[in-house]
Amino acid sequence: MTAATEPSPAETGRTVRESAARRNARRTGSRFIWLFILPAAVFYGFVVLIPSFQGVFFSFTNWNGLSSDWSFVGIDNFTRLFEDAVSVKAIGNTFLYAILSTVFENILGLLVALALHSRIKSRNVLRVLFFMPVVLLSVVIAYLWQYLFQVNNGAITQLLHAIGLHDANPNWLGDPNLVVYSISIIVIWQFTGYTMVIYLAGLQGIPPEQLEAAAIDGAGPIARFWYVVRPLLAPAITVNIMLSLIRGFMIFDQVWVTTGGGPADSSHSLSTLVYRTAFQFGELGRGAAIALVLAVIVGILGFFQYRGLLRSGGAR
Amino acid sequence: MNRYTWRTGTLEGVMIVVALIFMVPVYVLINLSIRDQTDLSSPLVPTANPTFDNFANAWAQSGLGQAMVNSAVITVVSVLLLVGLGSLCAYGLARATARWSAPAFYLFMIGLLVPFQLGLVPLYRNFAALGLLGTMVPLVIIYVGLRLPFTLFLYTTFLRQIPAEYEEAASLDGAGTFGRFRRVVFPLLRPITGTVIILNGLFVWNDFLTPLLYLSGSPNRTVPIAVYSFVNENTTVWPLVFAALLISVIPVLIAFFVFQKTLIQGFASGIKG
Repeated sequence: MTAATEPSPAETGRTVRESAARRNARRTGSRFIWLFILPAAVFYGFVVLIPSFQGVFFSFTNWNGLSSDWSFVGIDNFTRLFEDAVSVKAIGNTFLYAILSTVFENILGLLVALALHSRIKSRNVLRVLFFMPVVLLSVVIAYLWQYLFQVNNGAITQLLHAIGLHDANPNWLGDPNLVVYSISIIVIWQFTGYTMVIYLAGLQGIPPEQLEAAAIDGAGPIARFWYVVRPLLAPAITVNIMLSLIRGFMIFDQVWVTTGGGPADSSHSLSTLVYRTAFQFGELGRGAAIALVLAVIVGILGFFQYRGLLRSGGAR
Repeated sequence: MNRYTWRTGTLEGVMIVVALIFMVPVYVLINLSIRDQTDLSSPLVPTANPTFDNFANAWAQSGLGQAMVNSAVITVVSVLLLVGLGSLCAYGLARATARWSAPAFYLFMIGLLVPFQLGLVPLYRNFAALGLLGTMVPLVIIYVGLRLPFTLFLYTTFLRQIPAEYEEAASLDGAGTFGRFRRVVFPLLRPITGTVIILNGLFVWNDFLTPLLYLSGSPNRTVPIAVYSFVNENTTVWPLVFAALLISVIPVLIAFFVFQKTLIQGFASGIKG
């Protein structure tokens, strides 16, 4: 690089002066540039790096957060985690939250995006409506749905009655076998607009000529979607799936507000279990171990997401 | 393909119905918040005698006014720090030629992969040791540290597309490194700064877990915590609760409807990087 910026003798005086300035810029840049990075690094180190290392460290101890009297317990916290019925259930729930929300947010978000990427007159208004839940407080959405999910004539049950299911009376948030699905519905309602917006951005990048050409060649709507739209939408699909999965694995607000992990610990996610174990039961070592398991899951996913982002960035 | 056919019309009809069903929760939220507390008819039936008493009572009892001020202060300070420190750091990382600059960038990017929960417990103890629990200081520090990796990711990706020639022209005029950054680079970053503000601002404003941990029971609580404790004290008085819920989302809703185009674009572009 330095060789390329070296002026040849044939160059004009102006270029020579510019190159000198450029060399000068690079020199001062590399000497004092750490001053630009340092403030951010201090915040980042204090909030993310140091506590994360401490978290890994304490997950191998029986620290209760208060006393200075703690000892190493090896992998006890982890073996307990995989033996205890509540935490095993929470691990299963976490995967269920993540997978259910990812599948439905993406299918519904894509369908809505396809429908609104058309000539219909109300498309701009409808986009705003479908996106609106994304900006609302999770806490508000959770309380709203807690009310909608009430037993005996809650609004959702009434809607079921209205479409002909007269005897249906599910205990949405009180039935241990149903509660995870009910909470997933809340998350899906909240974030379908998010996936929709990303799919719409992806669809806008597809040249209409390609679709017209395919139509002239006799491809129906489904064939056009599968052979023309889907491959061009691949980056949006990847990004959406990764974002939904990570959001699903980290779920806290919707569970904590609607059920607090209940009934009978049947709806805990790993995040709510960390909170309860560490801050309500004061078992910080165990809480840290649960957090580490969550970190490994999200870390693996995040790694793939990051690689995907780098690749799609490079492709463009 | 470009004309409004009967098929487009059918699609339009279907989508309007779908949107109406999708909006049922919001309808119930508004419908119940304007209802008298003694009115026990179905939440789906439009309220017969609308009243605004619930809003007045909820506003007076919930402390949402103070909470909004707190939330606004925390959000504005956090976002300003993120924009300032983030753009400065990204510029440093993008222009540094030293051997440590690439590893430093990846060290920051690790933050995208580490979930907050891992450091949650130790960080809380660290702030307790510093005597900062119950104040807004830990929240601002946490949001800045937590959102820096994502902010840096957005800024560095954008910076790489800006040719270095602009800055070189400025250095001819005798501007120092910081002067070049402030007068040339930062203004060029404006589009991505918008995205940084939107995504981080909404994250900070809406966050529930961090203030639940750090501000519960403190006078400095934020909007989500004020809502959380107000609802817990008035569990079954739904019209009152719903009025509080509606009040709490009004600032964001107004901002959303005013800036919806920019906001939605910010969401879509921020993700693409």
